[in-house]
Amino acid sequence: MRLIVAGVEKEYADGLSLTRLIELEKVATPQYVTVSLNDAFVESGAFPDTFPRDGDSVEFLYFMGGGR
Amino acid sequence: MAFAHEQLERYSRHIILKEVGVRGQRKLLESRVLVVGAGGLGSPAALYLAAAGVGTIGIVDADVVDLSNLQRQILHSTPDVGRAKVESARETLEALNPEVTVQVSRLRLSADNILDRIRDYDFILDGTDNFPAKFLINDACVIARKPFSHAGIIRFQGQMMTYVPGRGPCYRCVFENPPPPDAVPTCSQAGIIGAMGGVIGSLQAMEAVKYLLGIGSLLTGSLLTYDALKAAFRKIPLPARKNCAVCGERPSISAPFDYAQDACVLP
Ligand SMILES: [Zn+2]
Repeated sequence: MRLIVAGVEKEYADGLSLTRLIELEKVATPQYVTVSLNDAFVESGAFPDTFPRDGDSVEFLYFMGGGR
Repeated sequence: MAFAHEQLERYSRHIILKEVGVRGQRKLLESRVLVVGAGGLGSPAALYLAAAGVGTIGIVDADVVDLSNLQRQILHSTPDVGRAKVESARETLEALNPEVTVQVSRLRLSADNILDRIRDYDFILDGTDNFPAKFLINDACVIARKPFSHAGIIRFQGQMMTYVPGRGPCYRCVFENPPPPDAVPTCSQAGIIGAMGGVIGSLQAMEAVKYLLGIGSLLTGSLLTYDALKAAFRKIPLPARKNCAVCGERPSISAPFDYAQDACVLP
């Protein structure tokens, strides 16, 4: 299936969970990433049971703390 | 009120813009913006706001200028090392534009004082360096119905979003709660390329100016990210969270509160 992950369209295995996608994409600090799937936030507890489908769009949102 | 000749000249490049004009410039002169943190983000932001003739600029910062700040915090110069950042900031901004009133508060914002500090301002700009402060500013602005610009920068990356009451998600919609101290790196631990504050802080000033003028579209409902090494900007749509603890349908947060400070921001 094709997914658009962080704006880039790529081929992924069917039946991939968000948890597995986070591993595959080598997300830094995976326990603190916010994920949106087709413009809706996914609760982190639901990552293992959320399976993006062909054509879906996934965004990772990261904490960024600095500023001074 | 008619513009004096000197004002017409100072702001001439604004006034010839059809989106600004004399009316817009007058709006800026009557506007009040609070900059929290006179550091990497707050420095360029405050400089551009002062240059633009934003009539009243508030600066909040508790710290003194450190030599390691000067690689990016361009409000301050070498002779300012050891001085209160708010004093150094005041001097720089008044020299740039004597017409601007600079109101400084040498303190750290907390649940006890934040609502008083933000009350008199039209727009708030978050230039802080830690998550407790970022959540505090978000909650206070949502509760007091104040628009604000959020930003964070680290290493070669920066990101920002704008909150306007009733127009899309707040910072807590996106991130819910601060990460535990030291779970994600901050500037002092991870480093920051100096010009990043210039890029993102200037964009924060741009958001403030557009909001004050009522022109264009803002970064409400989207997160702008900048990766300097890839030379790439992205604008990521942000949904609102219906169950957001502060701006959601049944909010559980009705007053600002303090999280424990990150260990790394203590002197
Ligand atoms: Zn919210």
